[in-house]
Amino acid sequence: MKRTVLIALAFVLIAMVAVQAAGKSEGSGDASDPSQQQKIVWLHFANDVQQKGLDAVVEAFEAQHGIDVEIEFRPGGPEGENLVKTRIAANDMPDVLSYNSGSLFQVLNLEKNFVDLSNEPLADRLLESFKATVTDGKGGVYGVPYQPIPAGGIIYNKRVYEELGLSIPLTWAQFIRNSEIIKAAGLVPVIASYKDDWTAQLLILADYFNVEASNPDFAEQYTANEAKFADTPAALRGFEKIQEVYEKGLINKEPMATTYDNAMEMVALGQGVHYPMATWVLAGINEKFPEYIDDIGFFALPGDSADKNGATLWMPNNISIAKTTKNLEAAKLFVDFVVSDEGLAALMSAGAPDGTFAVKGAKLPDTVFPAVKDVLRYVDEDRTAAALEFLSPIKGPNLPQICVQAGLSLKTPLECALEYDRDVEKQAKQLMLPGW
Amino acid sequence: MSKSVQSLYTYTFLLPAGVIYALFFLAPTFLSFFYSLTIWTLSEWRFTGLDNFAIFLSEPSLVIGFRNTLVYATVSASLKVVLGFLLAAFLTSELRTKGFLRSLIYFPNIVSTIAVGIMFSSFLHPSKGIVNVLLALIGIDGPDWLGNPSIALLSVALVDVWKGVGIAMVIFIAGIQAIDRQYYEAARIDGASSFDALRHITLPLSRSSMNTVIMLAFIGGLRSFDLIWVMTKGGPGFTTDLVASIIYKQFQGGFYGIATAGNVILFLIVSAFAIPLYRIITKKEVDL
Amino acid sequence: MNTIKMKKLIIEIIATLLALALFGVPFYFVVVNSGKDAAAAARMTLSFPETTQYLDNFRQVITASNSMLIRAFFNSFIISAATIIVLIVIASSAGFVLGRRKGKAVNIISFLVLAGLMVPPAIVPTIWLLRTLGLYKSLTGLILVEAAIMFPFTLLLYRGYVTTIPRELDEASLIDGTGPVKMFSLVIFPLLKPVSVTVTIINAITIFNDFVHPLYFLPGAKNATVQLTLYNFMSTFSTKWNLLYADVLIISIPPLIFFILFNSKIVSGMVAGAVKG
Repeated sequence: MKRTVLIALAFVLIAMVAVQAAGKSEGSGDASDPSQQQKIVWLHFANDVQQKGLDAVVEAFEAQHGIDVEIEFRPGGPEGENLVKTRIAANDMPDVLSYNSGSLFQVLNLEKNFVDLSNEPLADRLLESFKATVTDGKGGVYGVPYQPIPAGGIIYNKRVYEELGLSIPLTWAQFIRNSEIIKAAGLVPVIASYKDDWTAQLLILADYFNVEASNPDFAEQYTANEAKFADTPAALRGFEKIQEVYEKGLINKEPMATTYDNAMEMVALGQGVHYPMATWVLAGINEKFPEYIDDIGFFALPGDSADKNGATLWMPNNISIAKTTKNLEAAKLFVDFVVSDEGLAALMSAGAPDGTFAVKGAKLPDTVFPAVKDVLRYVDEDRTAAALEFLSPIKGPNLPQICVQAGLSLKTPLECALEYDRDVEKQAKQLMLPGW
Repeated sequence: MSKSVQSLYTYTFLLPAGVIYALFFLAPTFLSFFYSLTIWTLSEWRFTGLDNFAIFLSEPSLVIGFRNTLVYATVSASLKVVLGFLLAAFLTSELRTKGFLRSLIYFPNIVSTIAVGIMFSSFLHPSKGIVNVLLALIGIDGPDWLGNPSIALLSVALVDVWKGVGIAMVIFIAGIQAIDRQYYEAARIDGASSFDALRHITLPLSRSSMNTVIMLAFIGGLRSFDLIWVMTKGGPGFTTDLVASIIYKQFQGGFYGIATAGNVILFLIVSAFAIPLYRIITKKEVDL
Repeated sequence: MNTIKMKKLIIEIIATLLALALFGVPFYFVVVNSGKDAAAAARMTLSFPETTQYLDNFRQVITASNSMLIRAFFNSFIISAATIIVLIVIASSAGFVLGRRKGKAVNIISFLVLAGLMVPPAIVPTIWLLRTLGLYKSLTGLILVEAAIMFPFTLLLYRGYVTTIPRELDEASLIDGTGPVKMFSLVIFPLLKPVSVTVTIINAITIFNDFVHPLYFLPGAKNATVQLTLYNFMSTFSTKWNLLYADVLIISIPPLIFFILFNSKIVSGMVAGAVKG
């Protein structure tokens, strides 16, 4: 008898687990009463720099369509990516999702998990270069951009450049020469904020225009396991550049104690003059040091030839619709609104954008930051290339640490490149890509 | 003992514990041996033999984790043993403030590792942190404790000692207090100094506490993850990566098979040290 | 004799000051700097705040990211309390049997349990299992995993104590005709109260301070525990050291209260656990 009681207890325990399990999968859908106002849930990055603008978009959308948008925040980076992958696997997706465009998005099995928008009228308004980053390669279009296009290169202090009589360098050698002059003036030529190790990657990532200029097929060959960083001199240059600024004493002291936020302050105040970064840093500088934002400019990371000089563009994050949504029409209205003239106007109502949009005919106000105007010059002159991560699905997860190794000269550029090639190989195998 | 009394100790009592422990600890441990041999996405897997282990043993960024883990565990455990013993010997002598000092030194133990990591990240800041500011007062130009690849690992190990020396001390105190006072009386009559007493009485008779501290500190050190993750994230580069932080990074990168192989490797390393220690414990239990 | 006393006194004073500098100053630093403004805290000095803004800083920390910290406190309390209840139930009953019985089966079980004390949990397979059971990212899932991980240590405490309870009690209840469940819950379990107290205190602090397992098994903003929140605040507040210290201060309060209330019990419990374990 007593024994039965205990066994029963154990079963209750197991049952509890089971009930919890069942409840979890059942409760994942939208439980709201259909007679209530329609609502869509948007899983979005926490701490988005342009959150105010997005809130304005949501507000304008709710006012126009009478549909509620509930934003659920998630972390960025690998942690957030894992969270999304987990929720896809658990059939626990929200109605709409924001995600990085390009390779990160394309590994999510777009056709199976997201709604194809290529037959919607909105698809005609998107730039081809953007569509290439949200397609499954079979003509489907699975997301719309909600951000300006960031450009990677050198964020620099124009005031110091004027004071020292420097001109924009078109080659890496000129860049080093400028840096030596800045150093002689007692300022930090190149800001290294390796405490936030992701920032160490920019000299490589933003160098991709130069890689593509000398090896137009690099992305394709790299994806097919035919080209490597270590045996492609143009690609190896990125690691060499990171090491060179250290070896020549051109970076700040305490790079391992300097954060992204510290770097913003340094470049804004002119204590540091060059910051290898992308234009997404501008919103942060503007928020913290609005009085100095007009001192900040942008130029492309120079390569070895002045004839081929251009900026590397990141593609904006996208908003997609999950296939599991029960509010497909409302979700479609929402993504359509995001790229409509009203949507863009609402987005810009919170402040001038820090780049141009991947939407045809989008008009930028005259109040954009001077650095954004610098970027627009490259775009207008068609001197741009997309960053490698948008052209190839493989990006080794250890690139930040490997770049720090180069940046502190712990290893040679070649060793770093070899190490990164192995990291890439691991990623390609995990993705089960052909040819690896 | 009668058979009927035995019937009171029914194995049914083990069932609830058995279900939870077997399901949430033992089963994953056994599964890890299989999944460490695969490329795994959680929903699908592909068998790859020992590839994952080969990766772990060949990539410089992963191999460094073994060396670091052993260095970190050895440094932090040996300092905890030595300092913990000396503190215990000192704080079992007649002192007015010993109760206060024991609590003070023990206190970091109950503060979370994340909080301790944040605190010491600022103390060890190369130019503004109090450690280097104090060193500057006596004319020493302090290094970048967490940014200099050759000392970052040791810096974190020292913080670990700061946080954990209290528990070592407390275990030693318990051991020392169990020593019969008569030994000390006899030694004093023989004219032995207090150092002699420490060396020839306290130290040998604290053997069993010593074993406990070594085991706790060393195995804790091998498994350590949170402090290093908060303070350096394994950097600069990979110079302070431990096996446990590598596992986390592989997990973050979505390399579930490799992460699990790391888990198995950590399992083997810990077992290599734990099995001899297990013998010591079981032997001690017979003594009790 | 007097000079020896003097010498002793001087040593004691030096030791006390040294310990205060090494172990007291770090906490003093956090306390003063969590009341400063961002610029003053960024200077990282030990000076007293010129203008104190404790309440304002605390308010900012608590209300940050939609008052995440409140939610986190709630979650951490639930996780700690539920895990402790589960542990007390499963470990006291298992400890009783393992403390009383002898034989091969008991040895094998003891080995498996001791192994759990040392061997690190297999992370990804546990996640896979939780997902399969639909418990991944749920408080229930984390509670069960925490219980499994803390079980070996807790069991050893109970088992050690059970051996000190005379068997005559069991035999007496056998004569009374009481069954095992009733006998255990009415006779033995109340006698285990000192261990149950120790188990509660130690597990409460360990689980409340746990970072690694929530990091792996409870990701996502909604489910944050206090330690995860603190970790996330490191990037959110990366230049606002005052708020980071304020957060450190706030989440150290529950363990601090525990420490003040149960100081001696924690220490003796830790020792008992460690020495037995």
